[in-house]
Amino acid sequence: MDLSAISPTLLVASLMVAATPILLAAIGELVVEKSGVLNLGVEGMMITGAFSGFAAAVLTGSPMVGFLCAAIGGAALSVIFAILTQYFLSNQVATGLALTLFGLGLSAMLGQSYVGIKPPVSAKLDLPLISDIPVIGPILFSHDFTVYAALTLVTGVWFFLKYTRGGLILRAVGESHDAAHALGYKVVRVRILAIMFGGGCAGLGGAALSLVRVPQWTEGMTAGAGWIALAIVVFASWKPARVLLGAYLFGGVAVLQLNLQAAGVSIPVEYLSMSPYLITIIVLVVMSTNRAKSALNAPAALGRVFHASR
Amino acid sequence: MKLKSILASAALAMTAATGTLAETTKVGFVYVGPVGDGGWTYEHDKGREAVVAAFGDKVETMYVESVPEGPDAERVMTDMALKGADLIFTTSFGYMDQTINVAAKFPNVKFEHATGYKQSDNVSIYSARFYEGRAVQGHIAGHMTKSNIVGYIGSFPIPEVIRGINAAYIHAKAVNPDVQFKIIWAYTWFDPTKEADAAKVLIEQGADVVLQHTDSTAPQAAAQAAGNVITFGQASDMAAYGPKPRVSSIIDNWGPYYIARTQAVMDGTWASTSTWDGIGAGMVGIGEITSAVPADVKASAEALRDSLADGSYHAFTGPLNKQDGSVWLKAGETAADYAGPEGLAEMGFYLEGIDSEVPN
Repeated sequence: MDLSAISPTLLVASLMVAATPILLAAIGELVVEKSGVLNLGVEGMMITGAFSGFAAAVLTGSPMVGFLCAAIGGAALSVIFAILTQYFLSNQVATGLALTLFGLGLSAMLGQSYVGIKPPVSAKLDLPLISDIPVIGPILFSHDFTVYAALTLVTGVWFFLKYTRGGLILRAVGESHDAAHALGYKVVRVRILAIMFGGGCAGLGGAALSLVRVPQWTEGMTAGAGWIALAIVVFASWKPARVLLGAYLFGGVAVLQLNLQAAGVSIPVEYLSMSPYLITIIVLVVMSTNRAKSALNAPAALGRVFHASR
Repeated sequence: MKLKSILASAALAMTAATGTLAETTKVGFVYVGPVGDGGWTYEHDKGREAVVAAFGDKVETMYVESVPEGPDAERVMTDMALKGADLIFTTSFGYMDQTINVAAKFPNVKFEHATGYKQSDNVSIYSARFYEGRAVQGHIAGHMTKSNIVGYIGSFPIPEVIRGINAAYIHAKAVNPDVQFKIIWAYTWFDPTKEADAAKVLIEQGADVVLQHTDSTAPQAAAQAAGNVITFGQASDMAAYGPKPRVSSIIDNWGPYYIARTQAVMDGTWASTSTWDGIGAGMVGIGEITSAVPADVKASAEALRDSLADGSYHAFTGPLNKQDGSVWLKAGETAADYAGPEGLAEMGFYLEGIDSEVPN
């Protein structure tokens, strides 16, 4: 055992990269849930984004076009969910699950010919001098575009929800769609926009996986990342800053587990792998012990069907 | 009248179909990854293509990709047998018990299981001596590492993988006594995400050589991104990542074996056998050693390869001790293939000097 081989600086830097896909997906889903919609299709939208981003990047040779197409792909898939749940008033849980299965299958089929191909390399930030500062340089100034995009998005969402009129409307729709409707807000329109934003973020998260973190395409490569993103939203009790914390915690455990193995620590890795899920369950239990607490956090209209006639 | 003619033509079609069936030999392949993995499954599929090229219309092949190791494999094999396969290759260690089970249900179908050790009347086993290639890799790794840390991505702690780690380690240590191996188990044969993460962690912990016993090219991409790290192609040449990071490779060459076994089924001479061939028989190939390796290292690596090929040197030649310090092979002694837990086939222990533990 040689723990000194684990460099805390590099550990933090690599957990930021490892956490970026789930952070992107989770911040998108937070907005969706804040509007009162539960979309369980995150995994399906992520894998669709991972594929469409990869394919676009390979075909055009530009990672940026890839990221753009990933967001469009994820958002396009989420439109199916939006139409089904908002116009045809289908059950959100069942529709979301179906979306995940559909996305996994569709991307696997379309992606057949992209297995084993090398995508164009995404540039990393490399500022002279600043990127070379010990500790701070590797952690803050030497990542690729997605890490900064994710952090910007989290800040943006936090600001939007807390300080803008649009954010207030979105939250009102999520807390009581009938009241929001009575005030003249377009509940369905707000929700569809939120769902598409969530889809776009999930798509970007998928592309962060297929274009930066791995970078390769394989069917099913998200391997449950979408479900982790859903768990993080609950873990964070619908607060953007805690989503960041949750994503880094989950990402950190994944990276730490490998680091401990390489350093020759002989604790079973399964314990570390399950610890984030255990924490999520504990958070859920604590939240549900007190009705006032849970009412404070979860959007009151979450998962409920809205119809203007009522 | 109309119905009668339809029935008649259907009957005709059926006799025609059975007629052609009798002439073609159907060969099935069960793959653990996608054929585009660029590694293990890719090479097995090239073996399948070699069979098609050799026999043309006389053979009909089928394959199923990404079959999980476990109960689902049994369903796939049963399905192939029911579709009339005469010969089925199951190409991963984790299909061992499933192959034996399905083979018991279809005594007339011949099965060939790769890298396992359970044989029966209609199940042959075949494998390649990958550890000979690992010895060459270890030799190059020992010479090339500057940090004296070699990273190793293992798949599952099974004999085949442990043999590879041991072979690479003793040959690295022979040329560089300070070398240290850091081992990460990915618990998968093919998962580019996990493999990439494992490679990155090894590089962060100082490894400047990364060996992989998993099938994707993701570790190669991670090494390329990191810069001054070298890797070796696994199962396939992975030449797209040369001349650096990929400096050499182990190439599995299954084609000749698959052709010979298909021929045996056609001739009716197929019998259950156990095949374990290495560099000498051409089942294991060493991919081109690139210009990133100094000429003298390349020459000594090729000399090692040739001595393994002609049998003048065995990759496990004593004196060698086990990790706990007890004697495994005395000076000059070579390892036996089959000798219970002491033999190569069931090797479950590390050799002296590796400082991590084999997981249970």
